[in-house]
Amino acid sequence: MYRYDEFDQALVTQRAKQFARQVERRLSGELSEEQFLPLRLKNGLYLQLHAYMLRINIPYGVLSTKQLRKLAHIARTYDKDYGHWTTRQNMQFNWIRLEDMPEILLELASVEMHGIQSSGNCIRNTTADEYAGVAADEVEDPRVYCEIIRQWSSLHPEFSYLPRKFKISVTGSPHDRAAVKVHDIGLRLYRNAAGESGFEVFVGGGLGRTPFVGKSIREFLPPEHLLSYCEAILRIYNQLGRRDNKYKARIKILVHEMGLEEFSQRVEEEWERIRESALALPQDEIERIRDYFAPPPYDEQPEDEAIFNRHREENPDFAIWAEQQLAAHKQPGYAIVNVSCSPAGRPPGDISSGQMEVMADLADEYSFGELRVTHNQNLVLTDVRKEQVFPLWQRLVATGLATANHGLISDTICCPGLDYCSLANARSIPLAEKISTRFSDHDRQKEIGEIYINMSGCINACGHHHVGNIGIVGVDKKNSELYQLMLGGSAEEDASLAKILGPGFDEDGIVNAIEKVVEAYIALRDDGERFIETYRRLGPKPFKEAVYSAPS
Amino acid sequence: MPEIVIANRLRDGLVVFMGIEKKWVERAEDCAPAEDEEAAAELMSIGEVAEANQEVIGASLIEVEDRDGVLTPIKMREAIRAKGPTVRKDLGKQAGN
Repeated sequence: MYRYDEFDQALVTQRAKQFARQVERRLSGELSEEQFLPLRLKNGLYLQLHAYMLRINIPYGVLSTKQLRKLAHIARTYDKDYGHWTTRQNMQFNWIRLEDMPEILLELASVEMHGIQSSGNCIRNTTADEYAGVAADEVEDPRVYCEIIRQWSSLHPEFSYLPRKFKISVTGSPHDRAAVKVHDIGLRLYRNAAGESGFEVFVGGGLGRTPFVGKSIREFLPPEHLLSYCEAILRIYNQLGRRDNKYKARIKILVHEMGLEEFSQRVEEEWERIRESALALPQDEIERIRDYFAPPPYDEQPEDEAIFNRHREENPDFAIWAEQQLAAHKQPGYAIVNVSCSPAGRPPGDISSGQMEVMADLADEYSFGELRVTHNQNLVLTDVRKEQVFPLWQRLVATGLATANHGLISDTICCPGLDYCSLANARSIPLAEKISTRFSDHDRQKEIGEIYINMSGCINACGHHHVGNIGIVGVDKKNSELYQLMLGGSAEEDASLAKILGPGFDEDGIVNAIEKVVEAYIALRDDGERFIETYRRLGPKPFKEAVYSAPS
Repeated sequence: MPEIVIANRLRDGLVVFMGIEKKWVERAEDCAPAEDEEAAAELMSIGEVAEANQEVIGASLIEVEDRDGVLTPIKMREAIRAKGPTVRKDLGKQAGN
């Protein structure tokens, strides 16, 4: 993974010390909350319902074991012994004391971490495919370009006060695990007919109160122009994006109101002006960054799956888990291991300090000391030798991290909701817990097959409800929670936005409604058809009938 | 409807209430609610002074009622602030931490 150079380290340490002084001035009363607010937000510190909340960046979801142990230490020492993985592949702590912040930031800086740009109207943490560098279907490693974007966008003076926040995501595989089409800028690395790699660039995607699927603004962008092209998009947005209305300030609204053609023309004009500037990326610089992401020293012995297969035959529980949680690795003899942080009846994405420490130990022992955080709020060990998957699984079982639900109905995306968040209108975690409990039977989940449920506690859509195959959004109706049911969303390469099916439900009602949707799907599906395919083939009508018709 | 003043304490962000002796307390039960508009305005003015003195953030009046002998905010949002996350009964004021 990337390691800080002297400039990165100096910048982060300096910022930690600077914020320590700002906290001191705030605690002494020298700074008012109004003065302090923009300073704390620049360091990822929010004030939520119960306490301060600190959001820590995990660049494109890549985490070293040293960093994970530090997060465990912070959770145990300064918080309430747990943390929460977010949909931007970051970590949030919910019970932070302002007076502890100077120490926490110095602790983080010591392992190359911080909260800079994890909040505010700037370029946020760039996200990536959690299988980057190892996926069997990958064209090129997106981490290289994520790191280049990180360096370019960190404290970028021109883009520190954008009209609104800005999110970029990169995938290097044809199967999009990074939701690039619902980002302000989405980048899809692929090879063109001439065999050259480059990006298809999507712009103006996003969720929130006005969701849009991103539009393809450039079919093929050679990698050397990545920064100049992104800079051209950001500059046009920064100049023309709306600042009069917070709810219309994202780039998606500008692209929608101006039209893709005109927006694209303005970007192209700006790009022509700057494309040969200092922003042009020399090949040797790309290669220099690529070296940081060189594959680990894989054992090149021929693949021998006999031990792995024997373990599967002898241990049915292991076989079930392995079938669900492993993904194809480009290196023979290795597996990508998905570790679910969404067990039945528990808050999706929460992880205890003890579990973090075990995961760090396991990554050191079995996966070259690195982990990935996914936008689905889970973890991935990317490089596990197949014959070692069984002992790894035994340790996961002992740690409560061996849930076999990857891509199944109980593996939901869920925002913190009204249990923690000051923006929320309704709780979301209790719903996730009820759904994962209702559908906890593995055979039932397998029968249902691949299906994604995403839920948010308000229209801001941190739980990505618009792109869930089933989406749920909570609203407040006269001081009681009401949940709306949406169907047909996808965050993948076939991205689509879910539509509201009909009137909303209370908490138990929505879980029952999901059950009816699932039953209707099972009755209606063709052989091998996933939920989203059945929905697209038949539309909402049969599901609406199943959910809203009076019981016979 | 009786009202109390709620806020977050500056130094640790924890939820506090204006208590019986006009000092910030950590539990809603330790408050004497204002029963009329005049009393509420007086309570709020104390909260505003504390906010101006940088002791707390976001001081505001919230409606409360007696639920089984426990003073509880009417709005779910404030009730959750007064107790802790409904999904983690081991955390927050409900757990005494």
